[in-house]
Amino acid sequence: MVQALENDPSMDVILGMGTHAPSVPFERAEFVRADQTYSILNRIVKATQVDTILHTFMITNSTTVPSRAMHEINVIGTMNLLAAAGTAGSSVRHIVVKSSTLVYGSAASDPNTFHEDTPRTSPVKNSVERALVEAEGLVRDFSEDNPATRVTVLRFANVLGTHLTTPISRNLSGPLCPAIFGFDPLLQFVEEDDVVRALVHVTRGSIPGLYNVAGDGRLPWSEVAGICGTRLIPLSPFSPLKIRPLARLFDLPEELVDLLRYGRGVDTRRFAATGFTYNATSAGAVRTFIRAMRLRRQSGREPMAYTYEHDVEQFFRHSPSVMNANDT
Amino acid sequence: MASGRPIVGEKNRSTAIVPIRMPAEDDDELEDPRLSDVDEWGRSERTRALTRAIYEPIYSKWFRAEWEGLERIPTEGGALLVANHAGAIPSDAPVIMHGIEKELGRPVYGLADYFFRTVPVVGTLWARAGGVSARPANAYRLLKEQHQLALVFPEGTKGPSKSFTDRYQLRRFGRGGFVEIAMRAGVPVIPIAVIGSEEAMPVIMRVPTLAKALGVPYFPITANVLAFGPLGIVTPFPAKFKLRVLDPVHFDVPADQDRYSKSRIMEESERIRSQLQEAVYDMLRDRRSVWFG
Repeated sequence: MVQALENDPSMDVILGMGTHAPSVPFERAEFVRADQTYSILNRIVKATQVDTILHTFMITNSTTVPSRAMHEINVIGTMNLLAAAGTAGSSVRHIVVKSSTLVYGSAASDPNTFHEDTPRTSPVKNSVERALVEAEGLVRDFSEDNPATRVTVLRFANVLGTHLTTPISRNLSGPLCPAIFGFDPLLQFVEEDDVVRALVHVTRGSIPGLYNVAGDGRLPWSEVAGICGTRLIPLSPFSPLKIRPLARLFDLPEELVDLLRYGRGVDTRRFAATGFTYNATSAGAVRTFIRAMRLRRQSGREPMAYTYEHDVEQFFRHSPSVMNANDT
Repeated sequence: MASGRPIVGEKNRSTAIVPIRMPAEDDDELEDPRLSDVDEWGRSERTRALTRAIYEPIYSKWFRAEWEGLERIPTEGGALLVANHAGAIPSDAPVIMHGIEKELGRPVYGLADYFFRTVPVVGTLWARAGGVSARPANAYRLLKEQHQLALVFPEGTKGPSKSFTDRYQLRRFGRGGFVEIAMRAGVPVIPIAVIGSEEAMPVIMRVPTLAKALGVPYFPITANVLAFGPLGIVTPFPAKFKLRVLDPVHFDVPADQDRYSKSRIMEESERIRSQLQEAVYDMLRDRRSVWFG
């Protein structure tokens, strides 16, 4: 993300924040390490007078953190971020929030296609959806209270791509992949690079609003497995008790169990109307992912890794002896 | 700058000291490596062709379906087909869907209770064959945005669950939701009266406790099960099906309104119900035999 922004000369200062050191080199951007609720953001905003905040740290995958921590990150983190942006005399004019289509849920009573303002039809059942719905609520309140600040919320469909690991990608990369017997839900995917491009698109254009972001086309789960060349193992559809032990075997978080039954479709016309074009369709995203996975498996190597070393970065950025490639 | 391709520029190559991979740009047609032909509604043309081939003899040899007024169904543009509903596992839905597709060559999207989606295998097959769950948003998308024919049974489960003693007595038409959707989508409602489905699978009695235990809308004991045993669950009697398409009902209200008059909706819904009821009685007056028509 930061790398993409760095290529834009109109951005004066880029500041990254995260709980972990960045995994790619930054060229112009600086990086600040923060705790998971981003409590120091307030001071940073005051000190730097930034005008745009990109809020991309929300967790949409419940396997990475315990549910308590997820609440901390998604809800409290968002709250701190909005508080920092909303203080009197704040310089922040635009906030971009990366959310997920998980906020729509997945149930039998769902319409075939969710528009941005279609409400969920089922009550919130799991912690990740609850945290996201709550965080989006905070964002909505904020945008009502601060009409001068532009607020963008992007709801991304399930992401697949070259680098990202999610429960879906882990399941699809094995020789066996779980399915729920008698169900073959339709799913939509968005390619990793399109996620970055979408965030850059709204940041550059200062486009406010609420948008679904997903690649064109919907694939049945069986076809997704087909593209990936993995075999489906049907789990019993009747009792969740029977699914549980297998769920652990297969890396099936709660939010995926319903998705594998009923799927989810979202309308993407509103985002397309802002002038965004995708690089990949849903099926294309699945294929990009599996090709990268095969390469990794056969070459036995992770793609080029980068370790952030503070001293080295500072040297590159500030030492007079470094020749700037842009100057030549 | 709201350009569609934000990362386009002279330098797609990074000037970083460590080379970075930039998201690729290409203006070619997007590759879409699909394997199946399942569309956004979950329909698969291959499954549908197979289903049609299997159902054709049932339609023309077993039920010997006979249509009247098919010319009232438009050959293009959206329209909401509304029919009476009966028989424990109602055969009227596939007969209407198959019939219109065969005679007019246009697909019909059958809207059924979303309960169907929760049933393993059945739900998936229903979707592949052309069924859609009956949500207002789905009907709107089909009728208004995709100009298709959608078929609904406003009686809902109250139709097929009624016992044989109540045959050909149309139940309440819900809360008139179908009228509201047709108004919002700006399409006509076309009523279709069906006879034969009552006798194809008559409901002798219902077992509400069992229905509750299984979590299904109703649990019927049918004459077919008594006659054929377990095979009777899927085997209808060869009653003669007759279908009559009534005049399209236009509402003359602007489409896409947020609200429509509730009293107008209920009035229209009741009018359509009584038209259908009258047509059913009229067809029964002309019917000499349940089996031969």
